[in-house]
Amino acid sequence: MAYSEKVMEHYTNPRNVGTLNKDSKSVGTGLVGAPECGDVMRLQIEVDENNVITDAKFKTFGCGSAIASSSLATEWLKGKTVDEAMTIDNMDIVEELALPPVKIHCSVLAEDAIKSAINDYRVKNGMEPIALPKSHH
Amino acid sequence: MELPIYLDNNATTPLDPRVLEAMLPYFTTKFGNAASRNHAFGWVAEEGVDYAREQAAKLIGCTEKEIIFTSGATEADNLGIKGVFEMYQDKGNHIITATTEHKAVLDTCKHLEKLGAKVTYLQVKEDGLIDLAELEAAMTEQTILVTIMYGNNEIGVVQPIKEISAIAHKFGALFMTDATQAVGKIPVDVNADGIDLLAFSAHKMYGPKGVGVLYVRRKNPRVKVTAQMDGGGHERGMRSGTLNVPGIVGLGKACELCRLEMDAEATRLSALRDKLESALTVMEESYVNGNTQHRLPHVANISFKYVEGEGLMMAMKDLAVSSGSACTSASLEPSYVLKSLGLSDDLAHSSIRFGLGRFTTEEEIDYAIENTKKAVNHLRDLSPLWEMFKEGIDLSKIEWAEH
Repeated sequence: MAYSEKVMEHYTNPRNVGTLNKDSKSVGTGLVGAPECGDVMRLQIEVDENNVITDAKFKTFGCGSAIASSSLATEWLKGKTVDEAMTIDNMDIVEELALPPVKIHCSVLAEDAIKSAINDYRVKNGMEPIALPKSHH
Repeated sequence: MELPIYLDNNATTPLDPRVLEAMLPYFTTKFGNAASRNHAFGWVAEEGVDYAREQAAKLIGCTEKEIIFTSGATEADNLGIKGVFEMYQDKGNHIITATTEHKAVLDTCKHLEKLGAKVTYLQVKEDGLIDLAELEAAMTEQTILVTIMYGNNEIGVVQPIKEISAIAHKFGALFMTDATQAVGKIPVDVNADGIDLLAFSAHKMYGPKGVGVLYVRRKNPRVKVTAQMDGGGHERGMRSGTLNVPGIVGLGKACELCRLEMDAEATRLSALRDKLESALTVMEESYVNGNTQHRLPHVANISFKYVEGEGLMMAMKDLAVSSGSACTSASLEPSYVLKSLGLSDDLAHSSIRFGLGRFTTEEEIDYAIENTKKAVNHLRDLSPLWEMFKEGIDLSKIEWAEH
């Protein structure tokens, strides 16, 4: 499959690879996907007292598009408020990376990972988790 | 050494320059139709075809009259299986095959099921070999055909062909084999092996694409297949269509070269394959898939746990290999062959097939080893599963979010 330059770029030089302390109250962790489906994405955010995401890290088991999608997601997350991050849509990722139709799944995974990380952070800090529509699977 | 390095010889092989040389005159000066019996142009073409038929027959130990030229192994598989089913329907409607067969066999069998065939798909054991006792138990009076591949295209496992054909014959059934990956690589002898029909293709053995063979036994027993194409009655009425003379000449030459060079090539390639395998399985959590004794000399299928195959192939960008991961396709299902061995989905997603060939050098294998190790390590650093494994977390206990 011929990938776009942006996918190749993120794949070759992935941003923000790593692990944040998942036990910290200021860190939210989202782990989505499953090994048997061929992709697992773990996205973590660190949030400051102003509700701003100061750091984001990822680790992904998956194809090139999955790795690129999660790398891009961490870039977009940094500097956004949690509420702003909640509005990131998978189709924005598809567009930015010019993902082929069979790889849209990877962007969905990234969106889910973002929302799941945010919810983990919310629950840890005594807030209600935001109900996530299970529409796009 | 030129990059990228081609290690996907199970998909197709480059044409041997000696084969090309043999073919060239048949495009230009010797362009006649082999069926034109009334002038020299036809005779010259026919001579080329006759010689190729001899070369092909010699490679598998049959007579020239038993070679039917087709457009490739897929057509040969179709003609053999459908042709036998149509010809022998009054004897029975039961066919036996295995779950690890090529789609050319599996999908043909599925097609025949719609037309009234009863098909048994034998499961294979963990090492990819079929269970002979299971085969015997599946045989019935209605069984007209057992079709089991010689060497597997994904894992290289070679089935116990003699034993399988003996069981088929004990029950009065014919035995067919898709020998596309085996012919030219290891000794295949239709008489010693008890094969009644056999399919193979030139482009897997350094010949051209678009030409293949169906071997159909003429004696003990005399096998007949119903033609799948109507027309001029070429190839003893079993496969109509103007012969692809340059392709057939190339196939013949490819067969000859394989016959002469097979032993030396197999020794060289199995040594390179072993070198590759042992260097890569030194890495933690890397496994060779399939039986390591009964197999083709040039194939290595290795799973690198916690790394996804397609992502891995991207990191090995100077190596042309293939993956059992289905992440490249619309379906998320990994290789059905690897799953048939009982491999879990995640291991099947993590597999890479290295297919060595006549033009593979030791230098290339050394490069492949280094490149693969680097890529696996790089992706494991990126893999949350690897991190969890290293922390001693049991991944099977995790409730994965469904997708």
